[in-house]
Amino acid sequence: MSRYEIRLSGSGGQGLILAGKILAEAVAIYEGRNAVQTQSYGPEARGGASKAEVVISDEDIDYPKAMELDVLLALTQESCMTYVEDLKEGGVLIVDSDAVKTLPKGNFRCFTAPIASIAVERVGKMVVTNIVALGLLTKISGAVSEDSMRNAILARVPKGTEELNMKAFDEGLKTGEELLAEGG
Amino acid sequence: MKKKRADNICMMQGNQACARGAMMAGCRFFAGYPITPSSEIAENLALSMPAVGGRFIQMEDEIGAMGAVIGASLTGLKSMTATSGPGFSLKQENIGYAAMAEVPCVVVNVQRGGPSTGMPTFPAQMDVQQARWGSHGDRGVIALSASSAQETFEQTIRAFNLSEKYMMPVILLVDEVVAHSTEKVVLPDPGGIELFNRKQPTESPGEYLPYRETDDGIPVLARFGTGYRYNVTGLCHDETGFPTNNPEKIEKLIRRLTDKIERHRKDITHCHKIMLEDADVAIFAYGSVARSARRAVFLCREAGIKAGLIEPTVLWPFPSDEVLETAEGVKAFVVAEMNLGQMAREVELASKCRVEVHRLNRVDGRLITPQQVVEKVREAL
Amino acid sequence: MFDYLRYIRERNFPHIWCSGCGDGIVLKALIRAVDKLGISRDEMVMVSGIGCSSRTPGYVDINTLHTTHGRAIPFATGVKLANPKLHVIVVTGDGDATAIGGNHYIHAARRNIDLTVLLYNNYIYGMTGGQVSPTTPRGKRASTAPFGNQEPAFNISDLAEAAGASFVARGDVYHAQKLEKLIVKAVQKKGFSVVEILSPCPTAYGRRNRMAHPVKMMEWLRDQTVPVAKWERLSPEEREGKVRTGIIVDVDKVEYTETNDKLIESLKADK
Repeated sequence: MSRYEIRLSGSGGQGLILAGKILAEAVAIYEGRNAVQTQSYGPEARGGASKAEVVISDEDIDYPKAMELDVLLALTQESCMTYVEDLKEGGVLIVDSDAVKTLPKGNFRCFTAPIASIAVERVGKMVVTNIVALGLLTKISGAVSEDSMRNAILARVPKGTEELNMKAFDEGLKTGEELLAEGG
Repeated sequence: MKKKRADNICMMQGNQACARGAMMAGCRFFAGYPITPSSEIAENLALSMPAVGGRFIQMEDEIGAMGAVIGASLTGLKSMTATSGPGFSLKQENIGYAAMAEVPCVVVNVQRGGPSTGMPTFPAQMDVQQARWGSHGDRGVIALSASSAQETFEQTIRAFNLSEKYMMPVILLVDEVVAHSTEKVVLPDPGGIELFNRKQPTESPGEYLPYRETDDGIPVLARFGTGYRYNVTGLCHDETGFPTNNPEKIEKLIRRLTDKIERHRKDITHCHKIMLEDADVAIFAYGSVARSARRAVFLCREAGIKAGLIEPTVLWPFPSDEVLETAEGVKAFVVAEMNLGQMAREVELASKCRVEVHRLNRVDGRLITPQQVVEKVREAL
Repeated sequence: MFDYLRYIRERNFPHIWCSGCGDGIVLKALIRAVDKLGISRDEMVMVSGIGCSSRTPGYVDINTLHTTHGRAIPFATGVKLANPKLHVIVVTGDGDATAIGGNHYIHAARRNIDLTVLLYNNYIYGMTGGQVSPTTPRGKRASTAPFGNQEPAFNISDLAEAAGASFVARGDVYHAQKLEKLIVKAVQKKGFSVVEILSPCPTAYGRRNRMAHPVKMMEWLRDQTVPVAKWERLSPEEREGKVRTGIIVDVDKVEYTETNDKLIESLKADK
């Protein structure tokens, strides 16, 4: 695979930077490929716009930032509208349907799911929204294997929360599978 | 199911890689003050330093941190501080002291946008000339650069080696993009890392002169507490280390502080050179911008444009010979940097007007993109 | 007679201090104290900043470090932390330690790191030509206060006490024998110790404030200083224009390098 670019966007405190790190580690440590995770953030520790980018490649990665997104994950309306223009033709847009009420139009595949609600209602904790999102992204993009992601998540999450996070990841995978079956 | 991961392959931020490099270089003293975007270096060292018997201290301000680093180094510990733009400004007086008294230490500056408080969370390369001239007075300067986490790790080790070898502060300039990008770092076997430790006197304390004239122009400073009682001062001093007003001795000292770098230039300077052999346009870039330039070279070549890259990993002393040599083989230079041309003027000087130097500058806190470099290369042709 | 020369770097004499300056008296008291303490000269490091008093290290045959203006305490912090076995003495002045270096002074006291600070207070910037300092009394003249100082003065010892120093004393060069004893106690104390030393500057301070003659300045020191025990018995009116001398604070507190050593030991034991 040559360059494959993913952007995770939303607001500060949603765990997107951690999600980006997990994704990058899954690729680089457990699959032996290359990945660079970059981020941009404001002065707020919570709230405010936040984004993490992951560039994946089988080769050395020179330019570390995304140029043309293969996948955009948007957890807020604002981030969806701001970043959708960076999505390449035929790319994948994954949005949280609870937060993003107005969907942008364009030549890309759009997948919507109530990501935060899944985290709260099916897994039981809002804090795992980012892991649910990773499950969706893994299934829909196929950019990284499920096993690698499981390993990377387990290596990163706090002790005692492994089961919770695996459940969140599985819920994400399941939802992703359903969306794929529906054809996006 | 769980796949065993290789212990020597890590995903790290540039700042983490810097802290790891410092530990592997034998750094055993860190004094710092919190400042974005460098704080992770301090945080990582606060965690790892005590376990190996090293010292970590958060000082009351940037100036104090630089002072503590010099004191600890004179007492024999490899010492480091890390900061960013505003803190780098505050440290300048004591960086000059370390240059004057010839005390080895490493100062990491994770560059952010300026002037003043500027852009704490966004990258820039605006401190390049400050690294050279920020402290008052003439002296030689060594400033290294890094464009990835792996290179940050390696350059941190090199910074310690050069500081111990040439007995002076060595500056490592990175930027927010490199500092905060998480990417793969392959750690070498600790036994395989070449480390240089400062020389210690072989003569008896009675015969010892700290700043005695040596063949290589580099003094041999004994660690405090080892029986060699001597004086260290920021005043102009003679070979004894005591202040002097003797014009001949002062002239000799000040010239030596520059000459000790100039005469060892070949040992210090280094550039990555990519596809320059047949290049029509040479891109000059360093730090994170060099990564955009690498992609630009690739994109140019795809479009049939012969572009190449010269990427210095040592910014000071400036690689004048390498730039002149490059200038002789190309039609134009493009200097891409996140400032308003701080290195472009050096390229102009070094290339002796053989070719036109085109400037690509960005000061909005965003990394120069490969497309911007490609466009500038097209313009230059 | 006491052999001062054993501790002196004779090659650096004559010294730079003016006649009538008190700094030479401090130097002698310091040397007697060092001799009494019996500490190896190799295990002592003297760190100074910038100013007249900060030239003291050049004359003493131990490890000496003459640093930048106001920064002696941070340099000394690095030395001490790098090798806690060393006895580290900071020599500084009122401008050096309480103006440009004031932040380091209070934080080293808060940290209670084992340094001994000899803070020469001559109420003026002597070396640079008599500018007003944070300890110049209100109304007194200086080259940058030609109409008299408009600001109130710092009380250096009270400042150290409030910031957390474990030992604070005030001495003066009129009472040189007492000063020597205070220095001995300060070096022996584990923790951040300060001896504020009142020292006359006839050249920069005396001449502007009707005490041009060194003897007059010494008499002024004699008359304004009151030993702590007597001070306690004075009414607020009687204390006006006077300062107490002797040991002001002597308490046992957790010392910084010991705390850091314990952390290192505990982490090593975990391995």
